[in-house]
Amino acid sequence: MLELVDLHVYRGATHVLRGISMTVDEGEVVALIGANGAGKTTTLQTVSGLLRPRTGEVTLRSQGRRIALAAQAPEAIVRLGVVHCPEGRQVFASLSVEENLMIGAYARRQRTGIAADLARVHDLFPILAERRAQRAGSLSGGEQMMLAVGRALMARPRLLLLDEPSLGLAPQMVETIFAVIRDLNRAGVTILLVEQNAAMALELAHRGYVLENGTIALSGPAEALLADEQVKHAYLGIAG
Amino acid sequence: MTQYYVQQLVNGLTLGSLYALVAIGFSMIYGIVRLINFAHGDIAMVGAFSTLGLVAVGAPWPVTILVVLAVGALAGVTIEAVAFRPMRNAPQVTGFIATLAVSVVIQNVGIMVFSGQPRNFLFPDVMRTRVPLGPATVSLTDLVIVGVTVVLMSLLVVIVHRTRLGMAMRATAENLQVARLMGIDINRTIMAAFGLGSALAAVAGLMWGGRFGQIDPLFGFVPGLKAFVASVIGGVGSIGGAVLGGYLLGMAEVLFVGLLPPEYAGYRDALVFTTLILILLVLPNGLLGRGVEDRA
Amino acid sequence: MGRGLVALGLGAAAVAVMQASFNDYLLTLASIILINVMLTTSLSLTNGLTGLFSLGHPAFMTIGGYVAAILTYPARRKGFMMPELPEALAVQQWDLLPSLLVGGTAAALIAVLVGFPVLRLRGHYLAVATLGLIIIVKVLVNNMDGYTRGGLGLNGLPQLTNLWWVFGWTALSIIVCWRIKHSSLGRTMMALRENYMAAQCMGVSALGISLIAFVTGAFFAGVAGGLMAHLITVITPGTYSVVLAFNLVVMIVVGGNGSLTGAIVATVILSIASEALRPVEEALELYGLSQVILALCLILMLIYRPGGLFGSAEPALVRRWFTRRSP
Repeated sequence: MLELVDLHVYRGATHVLRGISMTVDEGEVVALIGANGAGKTTTLQTVSGLLRPRTGEVTLRSQGRRIALAAQAPEAIVRLGVVHCPEGRQVFASLSVEENLMIGAYARRQRTGIAADLARVHDLFPILAERRAQRAGSLSGGEQMMLAVGRALMARPRLLLLDEPSLGLAPQMVETIFAVIRDLNRAGVTILLVEQNAAMALELAHRGYVLENGTIALSGPAEALLADEQVKHAYLGIAG
Repeated sequence: MTQYYVQQLVNGLTLGSLYALVAIGFSMIYGIVRLINFAHGDIAMVGAFSTLGLVAVGAPWPVTILVVLAVGALAGVTIEAVAFRPMRNAPQVTGFIATLAVSVVIQNVGIMVFSGQPRNFLFPDVMRTRVPLGPATVSLTDLVIVGVTVVLMSLLVVIVHRTRLGMAMRATAENLQVARLMGIDINRTIMAAFGLGSALAAVAGLMWGGRFGQIDPLFGFVPGLKAFVASVIGGVGSIGGAVLGGYLLGMAEVLFVGLLPPEYAGYRDALVFTTLILILLVLPNGLLGRGVEDRA
Repeated sequence: MGRGLVALGLGAAAVAVMQASFNDYLLTLASIILINVMLTTSLSLTNGLTGLFSLGHPAFMTIGGYVAAILTYPARRKGFMMPELPEALAVQQWDLLPSLLVGGTAAALIAVLVGFPVLRLRGHYLAVATLGLIIIVKVLVNNMDGYTRGGLGLNGLPQLTNLWWVFGWTALSIIVCWRIKHSSLGRTMMALRENYMAAQCMGVSALGISLIAFVTGAFFAGVAGGLMAHLITVITPGTYSVVLAFNLVVMIVVGGNGSLTGAIVATVILSIASEALRPVEEALELYGLSQVILALCLILMLIYRPGGLFGSAEPALVRRWFTRRSP
């Protein structure tokens, strides 16, 4: 569904991604793991159009069409069903919970089905229904994460880019969020998951890529990566 | 004596309304693009001169107001397209210089077209009618200015808080990057902020002319700067703050002139800008504003 | 500094030639251009090197100009022109140099007073606060008519400024700015401009450094205000206005972000160009035309060549000339 070919991306003068190639197939959960500064967020931001690659291709295969994403604006990419849920939640603190969810649906061309989707998000995260009129900034960290995921769902993603959904959350909340991610995938959403928490990510994912200094150091089925000595040592905190 | 105090109060409200209308635009634009539009005050001048033209061709006043709103919006959108958009990724300082340049262009084109001589600007005679208000009377002009301001502000509140566009504007002001990720076309949102803010400034210019009787191509600049001071008092970036700051500044100016011996009246503008420096010293975020520090 | 002395000597020779061959109009024009050079080099400390955006030069010029004018004014006419002047001052009639120094110092003191609250905040606040300062100073001068004759201004100042004075002060301001730029202080200023946060994290006192740039600039602006007043023999509250601030900013931007050579070259070219456009304006009766052209040039420059003519560096030729020791 998504294909990155020899991607080079700069942030200002810094060469962050140095030739990345990877694929995400329809229906998969793919985990992208690596240390801080390896280029995980940069990869997602390039896919969602916030950053432009210097060279290389980002291709979306959708309904038999091949679309070059690198030439598109972020708002156009959202309309293609590629939705990026950014790191650190980043809900709109001064807007109400409900407005945040409606912003999620902002890019949708047909306005029908929005109410149904809102109900679905409320079913998934009942707390968001309870707090619908509250300012998003007054929610707890975990509730904000639910709001961020719910907001992304309102865009009806076909490919969801999730950046560090476990960051700063209590373990129980992490369980909840990961359960939702699994359910979403079962319901047909393809997911590219960036995580510091490599163990959880690889347990959930079908396949994984390990990013080191802007290049892919290792890739393979999730179970294989979980069993890999190098990965165990560097990312799973298990002495090898 | 009652008449005197009521008149002072009305003077303060009238002046405050005009400052508030201009300050709102500063705040809306700053809220989204983090830039002060130095040409914003000159939009008021453009509004006032458009009014002269419309009156000359005999347009009825309601039509005039609508056209002036449109002219202001158009001017704002043009400034955005010419001077802001090409420099959106440039350092902040570049943006200030560009808007200052736009201000110089507008003022001097004004001088080239209309000459620098002040022109009389008259509301219809009926506006000079005195209307009884409690124990005193006030002029219809002042009532209309305050009334129009309240109506326009209410409209703005509806747009900002009850429409999709307004929601997108608030989201963009809070976090431009994430707004883009939600599929918001920020170019359109920024354009809307310039358009709405400038439309209000243009009407403020119309009413400024009618209240003070004379306009010239440079008249918008200093009131524009004072309106910026008002938005700083309220907290730049906050529309509510701009309104509050506008009325506080209008009242303060009127009190200053009204309470002190007449020989100090000339120091009014010095007071306004000294206030700015003092506010920046003790309350840099203003009364209702969030942080003004640069986002890293 | 051997090469520097050579350059100074060449400049002095040029001044001597001009002094001998130019008529009054050309001498005045040359003086005004040099004063502009002094203004832009000193303003480039803040606006070029440190990445601040001050529009305050006209305010400092007005302060320095009036202070100097009051000091040099013929004592026998002071009672009539400045009735409220204290007796001690009213009997004084100073020479140009001490008056300029006092004027510059007064401007610098005001700069400390304004800079302290405003320079803690970045960017636009300095721009608006300094615009405000222009208005504050103008209002004060207008209303303190016992000292300043209000809106009428002070005319009939002794014409004490000549090309030599202007040359000396301009050379001094260039030397000071050059020295600052190529010292560790100057590098710290540029570090602030490039990355404010990072520079602060490295223990740079942003406020202190910004104040040095701002106050030094204000001193030279004050002196320039005094020089100009004693050149054209008159000063009014509106002589140095926002328009002047804008023109100075244009010259700096066109010259390049912190390049002294660029600022000097741009100042000379733009000053001559605007003087040349004046008859065109008058012939067409399109007053304001040259300002519009200047502003449009600036916008185009900002879009298509934001680094200015020379960027931040001095051109290699100039740099080599001054940095290599003479044989």
